[in-house]
Amino acid sequence: MKRTISVLVENKAGVLSRVSGLFARRGFNINSLAVGETEDPAISRMTIVSEGDEHTIEQVEKQLNKMIDTLKIKLLEDGSSTRRELILIKVEADTSTRGEVIDIARVFGAKVVDISATTLTVEHSDRPERIDLLVDLLRPYRIQEIARTGTVALEKGCGTIGYKNK
Amino acid sequence: MMTGAQALVAALKKQNVNTIFGYPGVAICSFYDELSTSGIRHILVRQEQNSGHAASGYARITGRPAVCVATSGPGAVNLITALATAYMDSIPLIAITGQVSTDLLGRDVFQEADITGAAEPFTKYSYLVKNPAEIPRIIDEAFYIAESGRPGPVLIDLPIDIQTAEFDPAAAQVARHLPGYRPTTKGHPGQIKRVVAAIAEAKRPLVCIGGGVIAANAQTELQTFCETAGLPAVATMMGIGAMPTAHVNYFGMLGTHGKPYANYAVKQADLLIIIGARVGDRAVSAPHSLEGHAKIVHIDIDPAEIGKNLGTTIPLVGDAKTVLAQLTEAGAQANCGEWMDDLDDQRRLFRPDFDHRHDGSINPKVFLRSVSMSMEDDSILVCDVGQNQSWAAGNVLMRGGKFLTSGGMGTMGYSIPAAIGAKLADPGRQVVAVCGDGSFQMSMCELATAVQHHVPIKIIVINNHSLGMVLEHQDLCYKGNRYAVELGSSPDITALAAACGLQAQRIAKADQCAEAIDRLLEADGPALLECVISPEETTP
Ligand SMILES: Cc1ncc(C[n+]2csc(CCOP(=O)(O)OP(=O)(O)O)c2C)c(N)n1
Repeated sequence: MKRTISVLVENKAGVLSRVSGLFARRGFNINSLAVGETEDPAISRMTIVSEGDEHTIEQVEKQLNKMIDTLKIKLLEDGSSTRRELILIKVEADTSTRGEVIDIARVFGAKVVDISATTLTVEHSDRPERIDLLVDLLRPYRIQEIARTGTVALEKGCGTIGYKNK
Repeated sequence: MMTGAQALVAALKKQNVNTIFGYPGVAICSFYDELSTSGIRHILVRQEQNSGHAASGYARITGRPAVCVATSGPGAVNLITALATAYMDSIPLIAITGQVSTDLLGRDVFQEADITGAAEPFTKYSYLVKNPAEIPRIIDEAFYIAESGRPGPVLIDLPIDIQTAEFDPAAAQVARHLPGYRPTTKGHPGQIKRVVAAIAEAKRPLVCIGGGVIAANAQTELQTFCETAGLPAVATMMGIGAMPTAHVNYFGMLGTHGKPYANYAVKQADLLIIIGARVGDRAVSAPHSLEGHAKIVHIDIDPAEIGKNLGTTIPLVGDAKTVLAQLTEAGAQANCGEWMDDLDDQRRLFRPDFDHRHDGSINPKVFLRSVSMSMEDDSILVCDVGQNQSWAAGNVLMRGGKFLTSGGMGTMGYSIPAAIGAKLADPGRQVVAVCGDGSFQMSMCELATAVQHHVPIKIIVINNHSLGMVLEHQDLCYKGNRYAVELGSSPDITALAAACGLQAQRIAKADQCAEAIDRLLEADGPALLECVISPEETTP
């Protein structure tokens, strides 16, 4: 089962390597990991998507919590969180196929952000499953390169992770 | 103005550090320069690993973090085994390593090693200091992290230019900043009630004592709890000594090399109350097999231990000392007279191998029991790894003293440096190290340390001229193909010890034991007794 874990950590050197080291050492899977500064520059948010059974995810949560640099951690449920991923796809497209690629992008609400005689670059932000679908649909046109961010997520509604720095 | 090295010495003094164990090199020389006039005693070990083990022995007696120091590169890397050993057994250490100058970091210069990176899996936390003004805060945080919650080693890597750099003490960072670190000590009252109810309901309850009880200094609370609630108890290797061996409620060490009646108790129990134990594979080889027939109460200060190796019915996060007192206060009471009688019978039926050997040679089990009986009640026994460890763990009679060993990592060579540390921590207490000839040779260089610094430890080497535990394993699992386990007859251990300046004696016959033990324990300075036994002596 894939789970999305939101972790607030202190924004300082070495934290990312501690987290990734922890996952590697204990044999936990990382499907994706995204890090960025929060509203408070002293704090970063890591959004980690990890795959494992109930027991493993509980251990992931506990081991992350045990880290000195971890401020707060929360498992985000798919139904009650907004999850997004950003993708850039460079796909082959000449005059004969350009229109089809643009059509597909339009259906997804994706943007065409760059063009050359032989390629189009599509940018899209969406739920991870929809990003996967977009990739599948563009695959027949020969994808040249992909850059994807990991998933980032926030709870829906007024709920937050519940941490305030004093 | 003040230098980083001065700030470090001042911060250590503020923590009441009066002894540190170390080994210098150029990347830590500025600190040593300050140390020389600080009044802090420096014990020069002979290899950095042993500074960590000695600090471990020291910390386990004082209950406070102990300090070990090494230089950059090879010095720092030599420390890793000791850090890993301390980490596994939750021992609070402060490791200070010299580092190359900050402007050279990352360039693979002479004696540069990424020690914070390399030691990451074996430290509770680590710092690479980049500004001397941080030192007062970092030392304060490091001690707090090392000793609070689940204790463990903290490493501070200190580049040489930071040691020599000057800063204005008025600009020093002093306030602790650890917003993400909040260890729990008190058990949740609701969970306490559930445990009390489970104890009342159980027909065959059993307490399983781990090293956490000793780390929390909760021996008294544990005994009171077991006595007032009427509960039987077993211990892991790290829990040995928390209850006196002869206590009526105590049923010995469990596990691979444990007592059959202790393992019987674990198998038959319908309620296991695990306190401060990791449920490691040496203690419970198939933890999941217990889940079906026993309710599991797991009490630990580290929430991540609960449920890690064993499904738990009632998790209880807290400090063993506090939680045990809470349980007693809440009126925990077992009704298990029949079960106690059953366990009592099992214990009585067990026939230990205390037999005389036909050739008059020494039975190591009888020998180690006699040693422990000759030792003072509050003495400290440090044992190494191998058959000697199992013989000691299984046969010493604890009566309020301490049993120190490398339980989690099983690091050979631990006993001699750890004994030096323990003795320096409490010079009034008798300290005896027990090791095999293999483990002795891993840290025999520290004999010189004991002599140079006048540390009157007593060392017992059980010499079977082999790596006995591995030999036995080859006998059992590799059709007796004994390979690379014979140590031959060099060195002459007694002569070597004498050359280092210890009072040394060798025995090989059972009838020599009593006198030799007395002589060893009565020796003024450091002394060694080499006890030659047959390589055919087995663990059980
Ligand atoms: C540093 C280290 N290396 C290897 C081992 C594997 N090992 C476990 S017990 C043992 C033999 C110990 O021999 P000795 O110290 O002579 O004790 P004995 O078993 O003979 O009592 C070895 C090699 C270990 N535990 N630690």
